Amino acid sequence: MAELIKFTIDNQDCLAEKGLYIVEAAAKNNIYIPTLCNIPGVKPRGACRICSVRVNGKLMSACTTPIADNMKIENNTPEIVEMRKIILETLFVSGNHFCPACERSGSCDLQALAYRFGILNQRFPYQFPSKSIDASHPKIMKDHDRCILCKRCIRGIKTEDGKSFFAYKKRGQTLEISIDTELTSQLTDELAIKAANLCPVGAILLKERGYNIPIGKRQYDLTPIGNEIDHLEK
Amino acid sequence: MSKPIIATTSLAGCFGCHMSILDIDERILDLIELVEFNKSPIDDIKTFTKKCDIGIIEGGCCNSENIHVLKTFRENCKILISLGECARTGGLPAMRNNKVTVKECLEEAYLNCVTVDDNPDNIIPNDEELPFILDKVYPCHEIVKIDYFLPGCAPRADLIWNALVALITGKPMDLPYEVVKYD
Amino acid sequence: MSPLINIFKKKSSTSNVQSIIDKYNKDQTRLMDILIDIQAEIGYISNESASLIANQLKISKVDVEQTLSFYHFFSQKETGKYTIYLNDSAVAEMMGRNEVAKAFEEAAGSKFGEVTKDGKIGLFNTSCIGMNDQEPAAIINGVIFTRITPYRAKEIIQDMKNGKAVNEMGLQSFGDGNNSSNYIQSMVSNNIRRKGPVIFSDYNLGKSIKKIVNMKPTDVIRDVKASNVRGRGGAGFPTGMKWEFCRNAAGDQRYIFCNADEGEPGTFKDRVILTELPKLIFEGMTVAGYAVGATEGILYLRYEYKYLQKYLEQVLEELKTANLLGTNIGGKNGFNFNIRIQFGAGAYVCGEESALIESAEGKRGEPRDRPPFPVEQGYLNKPTVVNNVETLCSVVKIITEGPNWYKSFGTKDSAGTKVLSISGDCMNPGIYEIEWGFNINDILKMVGANDVQAVQVGGPSGALIAPTEFDRILCYSDLSTGGSIIIFNSKRDLLKNVVLNFMDFFIEESCGSCVPCRCLTVLFREKLLKILKGNGVMQDIDDMISWGPTMLSNRCGLGHTAANPILTSIKNFRPLYESKIQQNKLFDSGFNLQEAIAECCEATGRQPIL
Repeated sequence: MAELIKFTIDNQDCLAEKGLYIVEAAAKNNIYIPTLCNIPGVKPRGACRICSVRVNGKLMSACTTPIADNMKIENNTPEIVEMRKIILETLFVSGNHFCPACERSGSCDLQALAYRFGILNQRFPYQFPSKSIDASHPKIMKDHDRCILCKRCIRGIKTEDGKSFFAYKKRGQTLEISIDTELTSQLTDELAIKAANLCPVGAILLKERGYNIPIGKRQYDLTPIGNEIDHLEK
Repeated sequence: MSKPIIATTSLAGCFGCHMSILDIDERILDLIELVEFNKSPIDDIKTFTKKCDIGIIEGGCCNSENIHVLKTFRENCKILISLGECARTGGLPAMRNNKVTVKECLEEAYLNCVTVDDNPDNIIPNDEELPFILDKVYPCHEIVKIDYFLPGCAPRADLIWNALVALITGKPMDLPYEVVKYD
Repeated sequence: MSPLINIFKKKSSTSNVQSIIDKYNKDQTRLMDILIDIQAEIGYISNESASLIANQLKISKVDVEQTLSFYHFFSQKETGKYTIYLNDSAVAEMMGRNEVAKAFEEAAGSKFGEVTKDGKIGLFNTSCIGMNDQEPAAIINGVIFTRITPYRAKEIIQDMKNGKAVNEMGLQSFGDGNNSSNYIQSMVSNNIRRKGPVIFSDYNLGKSIKKIVNMKPTDVIRDVKASNVRGRGGAGFPTGMKWEFCRNAAGDQRYIFCNADEGEPGTFKDRVILTELPKLIFEGMTVAGYAVGATEGILYLRYEYKYLQKYLEQVLEELKTANLLGTNIGGKNGFNFNIRIQFGAGAYVCGEESALIESAEGKRGEPRDRPPFPVEQGYLNKPTVVNNVETLCSVVKIITEGPNWYKSFGTKDSAGTKVLSISGDCMNPGIYEIEWGFNINDILKMVGANDVQAVQVGGPSGALIAPTEFDRILCYSDLSTGGSIIIFNSKRDLLKNVVLNFMDFFIEESCGSCVPCRCLTVLFREKLLKILKGNGVMQDIDDMISWGPTMLSNRCGLGHTAANPILTSIKNFRPLYESKIQQNKLFDSGFNLQEAIAECCEATGRQPIL
C-alpha cells in the first residue's frame, strides 16, 4: 500500500497517498479545488491559476504542487475565494464570451465556475478583444473569442508519434492557440472529439453538429461543477 | 406605507427579459398588489410621471437614444437593476464590438444585405430624428451606476421574482443554483 | 561561425536554411540558434522556412511557430534591408526618444511597426536594450547606436537611402575600454564610475582555478556557503545552497548557466562586466562546474548584446588555449568544462531561470512550474545551476580571497558588493560597485542627483520610492535590487511617463501563460488611463489596490511584480493619483458620448447632436 501523507485543508485533517498533487489529494478527502487547465492523467501545467491555494502561507498552484507531509493548505478562505473570482471575472472580460450564443453553454467549465462562485456580474470593463474564428480545419472550429488559453488541447492532443496539433502563438495579450495546418489529416475523428471534449469552454467545436443536448439536461444545468467531489448540492 | 414604484425599459434588447417578467405567471397578481408601475412597456406609460424606487433595464446601449433613456432612468430611480445578458454584458448585439465598424453595420443593414430590395439610391438613413449608432454596444454599468445584476438570457422568472421580493421586503435574496444562469 | 552583424541581408533560399539546420545537427533543442541564424542571414523566417525546420527537426510546424512567434526579434515578415529597433523605455523617452522616433519616421517616410514600401527600412520599437546611461539608443542590424539625436536620426536614414553599410555610418569614435577592441568596435560606453572591492578590483586570471584543483568540490561549496553570497539577479537565493542542491541531485549530467539576459529596464551592469571582465565570468562558471560536477556551461546572453558575440567567442578560445577551459583544466585530470553561448531573441521573461532554460532548449520562454526546481530538473531535465553574471564573478574572488574577506564587505545579512546600473536624472549615469548598506541618499549624492522626486529601485518590477524613504538601505532585507536604479527629478510626470510606460513594458513582456499576468495587467493599465484622462474617482484607486494580491497567484516573478509600477506608486505617491481624480463624484464610467458617436457621424455624414 502506498505511503499516506497527513495534511490539513482549511484546518480539516486530511490523508492521501504520496505522489498525488494537492488537487487530487483534496478530492480524495471530498474537498473541491476548482481547476480550468488541469487534465486528469496528463502532466499538469498551472496555466489558469484558479486552483491557487496557500500552502504553509505561500500561494501555490494546487494542480502542480505534490502533497507533502504536514502541509497546511488554505482553500476556501475569503482571500482565496476573492482571488478566484477576480481570475474568473478577468477571463470573462478578456475574451468574448457570449454565453447565450455558445454551443458549450451549460456544459462550460468557465461558466460553471462562475455559477459556483455566485458571480452575478464582472467588476472589470469588457475588453471586447478583436479575435477571430478559424474554421479552416475540416473537422473542428477554433473560436479564439472563447479560448481561455488553458493549454488543455495543446497538452492533451498529440499525434501517434507525439507531435503537437495545437500550440501557443505569440505572447501576452496577443497570445492565441493555433492548429497545425500540416498535420490536418492526422487529426482523426476520435482525436477531434477528444479535443472538443477537453476544451473547458466552447473554443474547440466539432463541425456539422451542435446544440445536441437540450437545455435542462446539460452538464451544469442542475448540478454545480465539483459537486461529485464535495456534494455542494444534494 | 405607499407601494414601491417600478419602472422598466428595453434598450438594445429583444424584449425577452420583459417576457420573462411576465413569466412569473399568476404571481403577477401578487406583484401588482406589492408595487406600482410607472414608465414601462408593461403599462405603456411613456415618460416618468414620478420618481421611482426600482428601475429595471433590459438591453445594453447600442445607440444614443439608449444612452438618453438609461440616464433618465438613473435620474428617476433610486435603484437600477441590469436585467439579462444584454444589459449586463452587452449581450449578442455586442458581438459586433471591435469586429465590424459602424459603417460596415450600416452598409450591411441598408445596402448590402440580401433582404434589401428597394433602396435604388443607396441611402443610409440619416434623418436628424434618428439616434446615432454607438461605436460599440455598451453594458449598462459602463454608462451609469447599476446597483444590481440579474443574469440570464432571459433571466429565469424565479430569479426576477426572488429579486423583487427581496428588494421590496428587505429580506435576503434566495438564489437557488438553477436560477442563476448566463443563458 | 554564425553570422554576426547582417550588414546586408541575403536573399532567402532553401539551401541557406537547410545548411543552418544541418549546422545544428537537426537538433530540436537548438531551435533558437537555427531561428537566430536564419533571422540574421535572411532577415525574417518565412512560412516555407518554418515548414522546412519542422520537417527536418521532426516537430510540428505549430511548435516551430510557437517559439518563433514568442520572441521579439524573430519576424515572419521581411523587416527591411535595414532594421531599426529603437528603445522605448521610460529613460529613453526622458532623454528625447520620441523626438528621435519622429525624425526617423519623417526621414524614412514610414511609421514605427512598418517597413518602407521599397523594403529598405524597417522601424520598430523595442524594450530596454541595456543602454539606459546613453539613451536614446537603437539597434540597427545588430549594431548599437547610442545618444541618437533627431539630426543624427536623419543622417542615419540618409545613409541607408544611399546604401551605406551600417558599420560605416560615421561611427567616428568607439567607446571606452574594450568597446574599441578589434572584436567589438562599438560606440557603446562603459561609464564605470565607481570600482568596488569585489567585482572591479584586481583580478588574476586563473588564480581561483589553480586553487580549486587542490580542493575537493564539496570544499568549494563549503567556502561559497561560508561567504553568504546570494544571487545577484534580484531574488537573492544563497548561491552555495543552490550549488549544493544541484550537486546532490540525481543525474548523469549537470549544467551551469550564466544568466546574462538582463532585461529589467534600467539594468546594464552585465553588459559592462561582459565587456571588461568576461574572463572573470567564465572563470566563475568553471568554478561552479567543478563544484557541482558539471562539464558544460552555457552563457545565456540577451540578443541585444549580440554585438559582443565575436569578442566573447574569442575570449573563450583564449581560455581554452590557457588550459582554463576544455579538458584537464589547470592540469587536473578529469576536470573538464566547456562553455557555449546561447542567445536569446528578445524576451524579458527569459531572465527568470526556468524560462531561460526553456528558451535554451529551443522553446518559448515560459517559466516552469516549481517544484521541481532547476537544481533538480533543469536544462534537458538534468540538475542545473543558473547564476547571475555578478554572482559568478563574486565567486572567483571568494575562492581566491576567502569567504571571510568577502563577508567583510556589506552588511550582516547582505555580504559583499552590488554593482548598480544608475540612470535617469543625474549628472553621472553609469556603473557603480558599492557595498551593500548604502542608502538612497548616499547614492543620489554619489551620482550627482538634485531635485529628486522619486527613485525606481530594482527596475519596473521593484518599487518607486519617495523622498521620505530615501534613508532606506540597499540590502536583501530592505531594498533588495538586481541593480537598476532610475532617478526622476521633479519635472517628470511620474504617472504618465513612468508608471504607464512600465505597465506597457510588462504587458508587452508577459509570456501570457498565467491569467492574471496576461489579462489583469491590461485592466490595471486601462484603469490608470481612465485616471490620467480625468475620469477617475476614488473607487478606482481602491479597486486597483484590491486587485493587487491576485498578481501573486502568477507563476513567476515577472507575474508577481507586473502590477508593481501601479501598486508601489499608489503606496508611495498616492497624492499624485488623488490629484487626478474627481473629488466630487462617487461614480464615473468614463463614457463619452461624443467619442462614441463620432464613427456614426463620419459614416452617415451627420452632425453630432449631444
